[in-house]
Amino acid sequence: MIEIRWHSRAGQGAVTGAKSLGDIVATTGKEVQAFALYGSAKRGAALRAYNRIDDEPIITHEKFMYPDYVLVIDPALAMTDDITMNDKETTKYIITSHMNKEDLIKEIPALEGKEDRVFVVDCIQISLDTIGRSIPNAPMLGAFVKVSGMFELDYFLENMKRVLAKFPQKIIDGNMQAITRAYNEVK
Amino acid sequence: MAEKFDLQEREVWDGNYAASQAMRQAKVDVMAAYPITPSTPIVENYGAYVANGYVDGEFVMVESEHAAMSACVGASAAGGRVATATSSQGFALMVEVLYQASGMRLPIVLNVVNRALASPLNVRGDHADMYLGRDAGWIQMDAFNSQEAYDLALCAFKIGENHSVRLPVMVHQDGFITSHTAQNVYPLTDEAAYNFVGDIDPVDDMLDFSRPVTYGAQTEEDWHFEHKAKQHKALMDSVPVIEDVFAEFEKVSGRKYKRVESYMMEDAEVAIVALGTTVETSRVAALRMREQGIKAGVVAPRVFRPFPFEEIRNALENVKSVAVLDRSSPGGAMGAFYNEVAAALYTTQNRPLVTNYIYGLGGRDFAVKDAMDIFADQKANADAGHITTDIQQFSGLRGPKLGFFKTKRG
Repeated sequence: MIEIRWHSRAGQGAVTGAKSLGDIVATTGKEVQAFALYGSAKRGAALRAYNRIDDEPIITHEKFMYPDYVLVIDPALAMTDDITMNDKETTKYIITSHMNKEDLIKEIPALEGKEDRVFVVDCIQISLDTIGRSIPNAPMLGAFVKVSGMFELDYFLENMKRVLAKFPQKIIDGNMQAITRAYNEVK
Repeated sequence: MAEKFDLQEREVWDGNYAASQAMRQAKVDVMAAYPITPSTPIVENYGAYVANGYVDGEFVMVESEHAAMSACVGASAAGGRVATATSSQGFALMVEVLYQASGMRLPIVLNVVNRALASPLNVRGDHADMYLGRDAGWIQMDAFNSQEAYDLALCAFKIGENHSVRLPVMVHQDGFITSHTAQNVYPLTDEAAYNFVGDIDPVDDMLDFSRPVTYGAQTEEDWHFEHKAKQHKALMDSVPVIEDVFAEFEKVSGRKYKRVESYMMEDAEVAIVALGTTVETSRVAALRMREQGIKAGVVAPRVFRPFPFEEIRNALENVKSVAVLDRSSPGGAMGAFYNEVAAALYTTQNRPLVTNYIYGLGGRDFAVKDAMDIFADQKANADAGHITTDIQQFSGLRGPKLGFFKTKRG
């Protein structure tokens, strides 16, 4: 089973991102789970969303997990939230930041020694450039596709178009560019 | 004529969306609703289906949950197929009318997304609202995941509207843990779903002008008792219809439901009895206990009302130690579910040891590890031949260990 934990603020699209990812992974024949714990959270409040992916039906409903991937889509949460909670020796981190990896890790002591498992991409800037709003979820999905190697980029983009079908063409195009740019820029 | 809704063979839906799709496919005539977290998306989605022409039914906006269920009573008495959804405080406000609906024998379907009751205010899942409805004379079915929330919602119409049942039906799912968890769901086609549910054939509907009837008449001590006894018997007698509907559903979906679900119970020595998503999490724990050589199993009522007294006995009578898990504050007693299971087991030959765990209130996470600890307690009881712990314990509670009552031994 692959387990993913998203760190986000309400309104940044982690819940939609987790559900979109689940939707697309399911098209490959896998079983998925996507959930979040937010309830009465207000816009801007820190929240966590989660994905599970497996070949078998997923019957655990615990919130607890040892994540394989930690996706941080708010730059400040990387500093203030406990992003390394319950991590493993193989946990990979993808963090949204305008900083380069070296400077970022200096600011987050918990990531020291995990340099080879930390990936950085500026999802905020990418979404501003491509979608016109600070919606960092789509670029994070592009970065995840690259880091995980779970899909070919083209396969992911095609399916993402289906997930976004109800939106105007301009929004769909913006998301496609955002995913592609993050895929190419994540380091 | 309703627009065609584009459905895939495999969808990724949360429990709320799954329930709303079942409402659409059943072609509900009237949904009267007052939204409340976490069940809001069920009625919100249905409202969107109406607005976008995907259903021909009517969405009635009301000023409270009391009014919502009252409008459902009126629409159902008039002969329509009627459904709504609620949670927690909204459910509490509906309670008065729940008894009216069942007493009038109206086959309304209520999707209950289980949530804690205030105070303190809490929007997350526990079974306090579910328990609040347990004496209301409704059939209560329990989904453990999103797929089941969809499946059971379809079954609910067919059970409740059956002429030998004619009772309202609740379909429960866990707030957030099911209602907001997207997972693979395999829906029926619209045609297969509607053919399964079938047209509603109302009985004594008020809109039959050639034979007008009264609903909600007054009966004092001369007839009230007979009415309530008949209502209770109707619930008890709904069992074969529920079983037939489950069998028919298996034919169209390939998914099999039983009034009591048992997992790994063939040779089990210890068992957890639970409701909701905890059933599935406990199955993961039981598998891990078996890796350690402990024969663990899980038993769960799919149908909470009518209570499956006989099936609970059959499933558990040969086990040595049983933990019954209540996800509701017991308010000065043993957990209500514990009391019901223990009463059933008291009438068996072997009388397994039975203890009670209160857990998960207000959405407190129930992890696989928590279920494994409970299994370990049961193994200790089984080996000792008596209850080694307090009879009522609290799983996942912070602070000093809390427990009540010791077993009385010779």
